[in-house]
Amino acid sequence: TNGGGKARYSSRGPKVCVVGGGPAGFYTAQHLIKARPDVTVDIYERLPVPFGLVRFGVAPDHPEVKNVINAFTQTARHERCSFYGNVNVGKDLSVAELQEAYHAVVLSYGAEGNRRMGVPGEDLAGVYSAKDFVGWYNGLPSCGELGPDLSCETAVILGQGNVALDVARVLLSPVDLLKKTDITQPALEVLEESRVRRVLIVGRRGPTQIAGTVKEVREMVNLPNTRPDMLASDFEGVKEALKDLPRPRKRLTELMLKTAMETPGEKEHERREKASRVWGLRFYRSPVEILADPERSSRTAGIRLAVNKLEGSGEEARAVLTGEMEDVSCGLIISSIGYKSLSIDPSVPFDSHRAIVPNNMGRIREAPGLYCSGWLKTGPTGVIATTLNNSFDTVRSMLEDMDSGTLNTSAAKPGSQSINALLENRGVKPVTFSEWEKIDSEEVRRGAAIGKPREKLLTVEEMLQVAGK
Amino acid sequence: FSSGHLLRSDNKVTVHFFNRDGEKITVKGSPGDSLLDIVINEDLDFDGFGACEGTLACSTCHLIFEEETYKSLGPVTDEEMDMLDLAYGLSDTSRLGCQICLTKRMEGMVARVPESVADIRQSQDGS
Ligand SMILES: Cc1cc2nc3c(=O)[nH]c(=O)nc-3n(C[C@H](O)[C@H](O)[C@H](O)COP(=O)(O)OP(=O)(O)OC[C@H]3O[C@@H](n4cnc5c(N)ncnc54)[C@H](O)[C@@H]3O)c2cc1C
Ligand code: FES
Repeated sequence: TNGGGKARYSSRGPKVCVVGGGPAGFYTAQHLIKARPDVTVDIYERLPVPFGLVRFGVAPDHPEVKNVINAFTQTARHERCSFYGNVNVGKDLSVAELQEAYHAVVLSYGAEGNRRMGVPGEDLAGVYSAKDFVGWYNGLPSCGELGPDLSCETAVILGQGNVALDVARVLLSPVDLLKKTDITQPALEVLEESRVRRVLIVGRRGPTQIAGTVKEVREMVNLPNTRPDMLASDFEGVKEALKDLPRPRKRLTELMLKTAMETPGEKEHERREKASRVWGLRFYRSPVEILADPERSSRTAGIRLAVNKLEGSGEEARAVLTGEMEDVSCGLIISSIGYKSLSIDPSVPFDSHRAIVPNNMGRIREAPGLYCSGWLKTGPTGVIATTLNNSFDTVRSMLEDMDSGTLNTSAAKPGSQSINALLENRGVKPVTFSEWEKIDSEEVRRGAAIGKPREKLLTVEEMLQVAGK
Repeated sequence: FSSGHLLRSDNKVTVHFFNRDGEKITVKGSPGDSLLDIVINEDLDFDGFGACEGTLACSTCHLIFEEETYKSLGPVTDEEMDMLDLAYGLSDTSRLGCQICLTKRMEGMVARVPESVADIRQSQDGS
């Protein structure tokens, strides 16, 4: 049987495969299946488990966001959809082989690379990328060994997007709150012992350019046992700029202004007095150098920041150096300046400057039959709703091409049949969706025993073992 | 049919939706149901609607109302505004469907599902 217990579907309709089982992959599959009753969709995913950054990115204290998994599960159980986990495209299979087997291939393998700061000292101990740090607390197998050292008092996060704010929140959250989430047990143990008391979140530009959204900033403002620590000088002229801002920016800026500048009411004052942990946004600062500890030269003890001023205004404003420098002592530095997509197969066009696959409404340029969706298509920005919309767009393009004949679907294609044969030859054992469901129940069972929604399996070996491979 | 059943159906509130293609769809819901509940119960096919299942974490249940209706819907919490601020095609009379519960007074209300982002930025995509 196909896809674990489903009746084999032997239609003559278009066969499409999707590379990457994150939100983009699932939304692409969902929309295709709905739009055409004759299409079948196979999803190939590198890990034995599905859902991409919904499982390995979204913060453990945002369980509501993960409700999208229910819709993805419905799609995966659809008779015209199959999931094959544990298949690394680019390594186990080439894109050309997939194109041979399917009428169309949609690449939606996300943005698994990391932008580097490109400053001296970046590789000192105590410096981590947000991508690895997030992967660590969320149980991404490749980050299991990270074991970050949280024995210092001050942490500096570079970048002010939602990922940076997630990391700040996790570092400062009362452990009792995290205990009830699906954060991994090893991460919980390290956080329990953490001595980090102060987290500074540093951005190149000003308050009206911050990349994080108001929901995440408000979560910081309301985080139990913490108080804000902002610099009045960062907010000069900001009040005057408010009136020209579009509503979302305006509300976000007002919230920061209020937090930074207003004398708190009695209750809030008391709350802040009692707080033992501190968070602060720092603006107009760029990293210049990670400073080594004079006593233990392989470790960091601080960071040198260049002070910037802005040229221009609004979203387009550019940070330019003033020449002034500033050192901040800290034992932990997390760079959160962005994810980036990687090329997985040299035969697929790739724009390494923008780190995306060059495309026109999801059609990969100069590569008929190849499409893309999600972060690989747009770059690593936006929320799941953004990914949903851009995946639907890609499907719309593909449907147009099927209708116009630009995408020829008349020849019979073998689909998963030939691919599975290739994989078997190569000793690769795909994990079907029903096998993932075994992993899922095991995780939920382990979680229930300790009052958590799930306790994730942390290694690929263990996932495969529970899947019965 | 029992009289109880009749009474209940009498109690229903009519809602007119306009989908992304501008088609009008008229359905009924019970007082207390959220607009998201109605979309689900009536199996309305609004692409991607209600991704977080009504937990104020996604903004995909964004709806646009007529001025008068909007005013009658009552105050918006900061948390709803925060999510709304991420919605495409945000307007002054936008709300999140999962946060609006039907009352008898809403009889005949009109709610429009905004166009998806593709329609808005078609020309600049992929540039
Ligand atoms: C830290 C973090 C927190 C976030 N929090 C939120 C939030 O709270 N709310 C929200 O709405 N959005 C959030 N987002 C954004 C959201 O996660 C993205 O919009 C979305 O996941 C992008 O989907 P995608 O499918 O393009 O990429 P991904 O989710 O990265 O999925 C890509 C998939 O492809 C697989 N893959 C990679 N390489 C290969 C290969 N060679 N072969 C086969 N498969 C491969 C990966 O394993 C992965 O499963 C967050 C993002 C991050 C990074
Ligand atoms: S359904 Fe997600 S915010 Fe309403």
